[in-house]
Amino acid sequence: MRRDTSLLFLLMLPAAAFFTAFFLLPVVHLALVGASGKDGAAAYSAIVTDANYLRALIATLGISAATTFLTLVISGFAGVFLQRNVFPGRSALVAMLTLPLAFPGVVVGFMVIILAGRQGLIGTISQALTGEKVVFAYSMAGLLMGYVYFSIPRTILTVMATAEKLDPKLEEAARSLGASTLRVVLDVILPGLKPAFISAGAICFATAMGAFGTAFTLATRIDVLPMVIYTEFTLQANIAVAAALSLVLGLVTWAALAVARTAAGSTVAAAG
Amino acid sequence: MKTRGASFFLQLAFTLIVCAFLIVPVLLSMLAGLTENYLVGIGSGLTLKWVANVWDNYRDTMFLSLGLAVACLACTLVIGVPAAYVLAKRQNMFTRAVEELLVMPVAVPGLATALALIVTYGALRGFRTSWTFILVGHVLFTLPFMVRSVLAVMSAIDLKTLEEGAASLGAGFRQRFFHIVLPNCRSGIVAGSLMVLTLSVGEFNMTWLLHTPLNKTLPVGLADAYASLRLEIGSAYTLVFFIMIVPLLLAMQAIATPRKPRPVRREDETP
Repeated sequence: MRRDTSLLFLLMLPAAAFFTAFFLLPVVHLALVGASGKDGAAAYSAIVTDANYLRALIATLGISAATTFLTLVISGFAGVFLQRNVFPGRSALVAMLTLPLAFPGVVVGFMVIILAGRQGLIGTISQALTGEKVVFAYSMAGLLMGYVYFSIPRTILTVMATAEKLDPKLEEAARSLGASTLRVVLDVILPGLKPAFISAGAICFATAMGAFGTAFTLATRIDVLPMVIYTEFTLQANIAVAAALSLVLGLVTWAALAVARTAAGSTVAAAG
Repeated sequence: MKTRGASFFLQLAFTLIVCAFLIVPVLLSMLAGLTENYLVGIGSGLTLKWVANVWDNYRDTMFLSLGLAVACLACTLVIGVPAAYVLAKRQNMFTRAVEELLVMPVAVPGLATALALIVTYGALRGFRTSWTFILVGHVLFTLPFMVRSVLAVMSAIDLKTLEEGAASLGAGFRQRFFHIVLPNCRSGIVAGSLMVLTLSVGEFNMTWLLHTPLNKTLPVGLADAYASLRLEIGSAYTLVFFIMIVPLLLAMQAIATPRKPRPVRREDETP
């Protein structure tokens, strides 16, 4: 038994050493650097006291919340539909919907430009129809579109996996008791999907908070927190502020995920 | 089979629109990369000159990305699989904390992790300017995916009985690990490996800060091209990226069906 434990310790050692050296120590160091600027530890409160940073924080939270909401609505409908119905071409649809799963943010940004950019599809169509060219890729709307694009594939997968486990008997029972389709959706299907919505929603939110590639491709004028951090670090060489802001951003996203997981976990426990 | 009502077709139409939203830009950008002049349209003729241009100017980024992905896979296998084994064998407060910690580089924005690495190791010039600096970031980011994927399979199979059986027949640890444990969680290792390769090839958030002008990965090159070159070249470059990454994604989809939901954390934790 003793030998067993020391063996397991040895097996864990490479991962532990790597992780300590390249994540734990650097993050602690980053926290110290954050407090080492001319304002000291006040750099950490700058995110709420400095009007620019606060505006960026609010914009980032807002776009992340909007991304989460839109993605859940879209993926909820499409995911339940795909799980419930068998029809020719269904698996091809699922394959296409999950294809962009691992597209990096820069590529997603480019997809937005292709759709809504200066030479984009939406602009061309709107010009042909109304004579006016609609271009919104290089703004918050474009960024939102990119984040939704990015989040749909993984959310659909989670929704489908959960919808698979929903008990059709519950729905039948509700229907036989006279519930309308709307009531069935509200009282049976949505509560059943809640764990999927919470966990997938938290991931959407956290990714949108920290995403950088899409905003970078679309425009440098979009003031979301990751872009502000990047600008502080590279253009202003304001390393302390960049460190403090990125730690705050990291904490917010990590906390969002942790809270969602606890919530999803307790739902699972309550259901069991 | 009941006849399909209007509600079916409404939902189908909605799903098709979502699908078009995701796929149409992919197809358009592939087309743009092969079109003489995208503004004029396909009528201007098809050409490979943009792809050739990308190959001439950015081929290094492709090789670096491929090399990084393979090196990253090797690292996550060597340190991740044993770690997953330990987490599967011992389930207590300590291993749960380790599991939680390992996922942090995915939860925390890549920008923050990259800054942390730079302020800590940026002064080591040789390390900072070498490709291994990017590798460290990629391993941090992909390790949890390997560990989780392997751990999910290890928790699903009866590892304990298998190992006890082998041990009772006189197999030592080394024999058990390489001949019993690893072959039995092959599916988890394959799934994790594909995930690691895909994520490493596409990683941008961290790499953008970690790279140096001499060490540009493919997504970094893409960002460059999008920012400064004409749409056709950006498209051709994206086309090359798709050619690299789509086989990996398709392979992932193929092994994922019949798809079992991968547990985010083990169910037996709930009291």
